[in-house]
Amino acid sequence: MWRSSAVVLALAAVVPLGAQSPASGVGRPATPEDIRGLGLAIAPDGGGLPEGSGTVAAGREVFATHCSRCHGPKAEGDVGPALVGGQGTLATAKPFKTVGSFWPYATTLWDYINRAMPFDRPGLLEPSEVYAAAAFILNLNRIIDEAAVMDANSLPKVKMPNRDGFIADPRPDVGHGAGGPN
Amino acid sequence: MKPSISTSRRNILRMSAAAMGGTLLARQEALALEIPGTLGTPLGPYGDRSPFEKAVRWRRESKTPETGSSFTPLQDSVGTITPSSLHYERHHAGIPAIDPARHRLVIHGMVHRPLSLSMADIRRLPSVTRTLVLECGGNSAAEWAATTAPDVQRSFGLASCSEWTGVPLSMLLAEAGVQPGASWVIAEGADACRMERSIPLAKALDDAFLAYGQNGEALRPAQGYPLRLRLPGWEGNANVKWLHSLKLTDQPYMARDETSKYSDLMPDGKARIFTYRMEAKSVITFPSGGQTLPGAGVYELTGLAWSGLGRIERVEITADGGKTWTDATLQEPRLPIAFTRFRLPWRFDGREAVIASRATDDTGYVQPSREALIAVRGTNSVYHFNGMKFWRVRPDGTVTNVEV
Repeated sequence: MWRSSAVVLALAAVVPLGAQSPASGVGRPATPEDIRGLGLAIAPDGGGLPEGSGTVAAGREVFATHCSRCHGPKAEGDVGPALVGGQGTLATAKPFKTVGSFWPYATTLWDYINRAMPFDRPGLLEPSEVYAAAAFILNLNRIIDEAAVMDANSLPKVKMPNRDGFIADPRPDVGHGAGGPN
Repeated sequence: MKPSISTSRRNILRMSAAAMGGTLLARQEALALEIPGTLGTPLGPYGDRSPFEKAVRWRRESKTPETGSSFTPLQDSVGTITPSSLHYERHHAGIPAIDPARHRLVIHGMVHRPLSLSMADIRRLPSVTRTLVLECGGNSAAEWAATTAPDVQRSFGLASCSEWTGVPLSMLLAEAGVQPGASWVIAEGADACRMERSIPLAKALDDAFLAYGQNGEALRPAQGYPLRLRLPGWEGNANVKWLHSLKLTDQPYMARDETSKYSDLMPDGKARIFTYRMEAKSVITFPSGGQTLPGAGVYELTGLAWSGLGRIERVEITADGGKTWTDATLQEPRLPIAFTRFRLPWRFDGREAVIASRATDDTGYVQPSREALIAVRGTNSVYHFNGMKFWRVRPDGTVTNVEV
């Protein structure tokens, strides 16, 4: 089977001994400006979250302006998915997966709103508007209270109801060792 | 006087063209008579298929057509390569129009030398070419609940096979110098939603590559032009299109598309996460749902098998609903993680037959039945369905979906 290490060795072979690392010197050093042009990548520990903050009340306004036309006025779902409800349904015949019932990290909510929403204008919202929208959705799901303020410090500390609901991939779990019809 | 042969040919042409209103279609159909002496169309700079060929991707009607899936018409495919124009698509925020002269890939985070690479930089490096299947993690998702999709396109068509060309990711990571402690790569696309996935560094250093070529030409825009992450054997979504950022980190970032989506919910309410691998799978494409056999007789039964784990070693066929199995012939060469075409002459005797295929790969993995999958994973998993697919051939030759 093909392995890239052979190719790396082949490349190294054409570089004179004592040549500077990196191997080929291809490309140029990435500048802070290069990196700013990319999407903000947010770690589950909050790494990468920008300054700014948002309240539930402010989020109610952001949601009404930018989100409710697809997700419904109460985030119950329309063209876009429901963002609320479903807690306690994951082990039933009809699981209802929402931010409140399924998402393990509040940072993912901030990250996804920031990079992908509103659907037709991704990147439109300012960081504080994203914090506010996240606060509103978390409050709708009764995960934070009405007075909570979301920012780079508080958001990663939000304990999502399904934080411990994910397990490693155990496959192959089916399909091995079968001789006849499985 | 007897008309000359050429005159009568021209009359046939003229008459048939006139009958169809002299349209382009009429002329093309007239040419299809292959009458010598009739000039065809001039040479062209970029080819089109014959206007008689009608196979197209299928997609659901949507109020937001920039997000969704389109399915490869596997029932119309021959051989093992999917034409780029029929490769399945899955987009989340439309297909961006990217000028390759302005596109850059930035490698940053836990590296010694953060790098910005142009497409010209990337194309200078030693390249590799591999024929590989690409399958959406959600292919056959509807099969979990009930086998209701009427044909192979809608039930199995989020899988396609292409020849891909690009640069090993390990080479670029060596250029940037991965810092000790880095264990994940966060890959981000330049589409409107900046789709991102977390990739284990081990996979990035193993066989991952950055593809700029597909089937002998540049990637199609719908497949990530000008640059796409290719992770052999792993679900399509992780093969990030329009790649513009690789960030080395010490943890996965728990992106929406690896937590809320592309995780597999089990009956106990727990969800499996980072389920990248696509296991062995096969399906009969002829005869398959929606097709009709014109009568009793011998037919070539055929289909496709593949595995994200390796090479297909064996495909067995049943025509009695799974009671007895016969080995199909496998088209060589059998490439790892690629479509393998299988074939078996089969006599349809005019009595009902329930047919299916079962693939085995070179790790010893045997494609399970739908029932075996459901017994372990329930019916709410959504992703990674690779169960056997049964079709019912009725006495009148029509072929339908069947649940067994």
